[in-house]
Amino acid sequence: MTRTPLRPLARILDAREKGENPDAIERENLRVRHEALRDKARLRAEGRLLFMGLVFFSAFTVIGARMGLLAATEPVEPRTATAGAPIVAARADIVDREGRILATNLVTHSLYAQPQIMVDPLHSARELARIFPDLDAAQLEKDFTGSRKFLWIKKKISPEQMQAVHDIGDPGLLFGPREMRIYPNGALAAHVLGGASFGREGVHSAEVIGTAGVEATFDKWLRDPANGGQPLQLSLDLGIQATIEEVLDGGMKLMNAKGASAVLMDAHTGEIVAMASLPDFDPNTRPAPAVKGDPSDSPLFNRAVQGVYELGSTFKIFAVAQAIELGLVSPDTMIETQSPMIWGKHRIRDFHNYGARLSVTDIILKSSNIGTARIALLIGAERQKSFLGALGLLEPTPIEMVEAPTGRPIVPARWPDITTMTISYGHGLSASPLHLAAAYATVAAGGTRVTPTLLKQDQVPVGPRVISEQTSATVRALLRGVVTKGTASFGEVPGYAVGGKTGTADKPIPTGGGYYDDKVIATFASIFPAHDPKYVFILSLDEPSENSGSEPRRTAGWTAVPVGAEVIRRIAPMLGLRPEVEPATGHGITLVRN
Amino acid sequence: MRSLFFVLTALAVMGLAFWAYRENYRTQAKIAEIEALQSEIGHLRESLGVLKAEWAYLNRPDRLRELAEINFERLQLLPLTAAQFGTPAQVPYPLPGLPPVTDPVETFGALPQPALAGPDTDEALP
Repeated sequence: MTRTPLRPLARILDAREKGENPDAIERENLRVRHEALRDKARLRAEGRLLFMGLVFFSAFTVIGARMGLLAATEPVEPRTATAGAPIVAARADIVDREGRILATNLVTHSLYAQPQIMVDPLHSARELARIFPDLDAAQLEKDFTGSRKFLWIKKKISPEQMQAVHDIGDPGLLFGPREMRIYPNGALAAHVLGGASFGREGVHSAEVIGTAGVEATFDKWLRDPANGGQPLQLSLDLGIQATIEEVLDGGMKLMNAKGASAVLMDAHTGEIVAMASLPDFDPNTRPAPAVKGDPSDSPLFNRAVQGVYELGSTFKIFAVAQAIELGLVSPDTMIETQSPMIWGKHRIRDFHNYGARLSVTDIILKSSNIGTARIALLIGAERQKSFLGALGLLEPTPIEMVEAPTGRPIVPARWPDITTMTISYGHGLSASPLHLAAAYATVAAGGTRVTPTLLKQDQVPVGPRVISEQTSATVRALLRGVVTKGTASFGEVPGYAVGGKTGTADKPIPTGGGYYDDKVIATFASIFPAHDPKYVFILSLDEPSENSGSEPRRTAGWTAVPVGAEVIRRIAPMLGLRPEVEPATGHGITLVRN
Repeated sequence: MRSLFFVLTALAVMGLAFWAYRENYRTQAKIAEIEALQSEIGHLRESLGVLKAEWAYLNRPDRLRELAEINFERLQLLPLTAAQFGTPAQVPYPLPGLPPVTDPVETFGALPQPALAGPDTDEALP
């Protein structure tokens, strides 16, 4: 670059001759040079800014275009990827605790029609009505010849039906692949599994969504492709479940009951090994929910979770356990049981008159309402309420089913003394058999809170302590006594030391105004083996009546207990429990504490 | 020298172009192969699902129970009972084995010889 001199000699000489200051020329030239430099720097900076602007603009344009493209294209399976986590688009299977399939998918086809490209709509309509007897030929003819451009004919068809439709040979009858949910075991564990149906439907695929039970609770998990086809493992055992449903069905018919439910729960982890409710349904063809009548008469109704009943004398053990825990009574304390007991305008009666006084042990063995009511009075309403709350009997069970919140216990709004007394023997507070199972596991298997769950657990944290280990041992001895000497004498199963408590509650008249005389809910709540409980088993029969005698017998000891004992006799060996000789009581070393 | 350089460059470009062309086609062939494999895997997975479902359907407890009842005469299957659990005490001790022969005793004896009979005896021999 050529630099212009700041002091050009010619101009300097010229200026000197004229007597001007030559420095002015230098200053002028310096100014011109600085201006030129400044202009150049500005131009360069502006050029850079423009360049950066262009770069950013194109970057954002590319990103925006890419995003738009991604949003606009149909999702495609990554077919060329060979490595990385496998993505499985199918709904995950549901398996039992041994890995046996409870629910899986099958690819079938759906059938749809595009009438405007049909060759012979009338013939096709007739042929379709012949293949699918439930379709109406006249209606199909009307649809095919009308203005409709698209219609679904069948959501799921079998391969044979597909071939038959294919043989009609009409190009306007088209098939789309459909993944359908099947339950290979039929009605087994139907209430737990629930069922599935189609959500949003397209020609090429359809969403399968769970409608009830665990299918609905874990819907999001089951549909998540990131699980890589891992199945959902439940705590149920297929064989045990089948046996319980078989025996329960037989027992229900034998005892002329209109419904029955059973819950088998691991006494320590709270895992539900089997849960049955009869009558049941086939989840493959899940019936529509009843729109009129009593919903509890529908086979969809899960008596074990949703059915909140007054469970009768099975509640007595809670009052006794609490009284022993509080140190108010011991198993040998004598309690007044003169019948009838009059409290205000209420009269409390026993099934038989048990005389003036009974020990606490005998109150449980003979199931005395009056004795339990007197024990409840010792405890008081406030403490009773908090104890029942600690057992989980005042709120819905936290089990993983969408129906769980509907099994909300019916708790009285006010809690006067008479309520305290009636609740102590199981009237005035309604809970589901599942509540009862969790509460029995809590009081009988060590005294720490047990939470029911349907998922297989590897390790369960020990719940908060509700009663002490000693009280729990006393409770176990009392429950064992009920079977060996008390009201549940039909519940004895050799080798398995069953302990339990019967409960016979009159059914309330739904329109209000008291109780039925001849309709009861008979419940047998049991633990086995009683000296070291492994399982809690609750069996409940709805309106049973045992008619072999001269007059119908409805108490749980005659109805629920024999069925329960048969169930335990069948399932205990299957659960891997070895028959044991019960450790003798009353001899040997007594556990004492200083 | 310069022309040689140009010729070499042109040859290199042609060689690279040929290589790129071939790689491109090989990649596309591999992609097609992988797609075929993936779709085969998909079909196999589908049929595996069908087989699993069939297995579960054929092994459902209701069916097994019916089969056990139908074939009761042959199989004599009954529900498991508590009496079927054994204890180690019920297992008999194995019978004591014969002690090893340390001092063999040789014995001699005369077997009773059958009296030599006529030729019909010889005929009976094989």
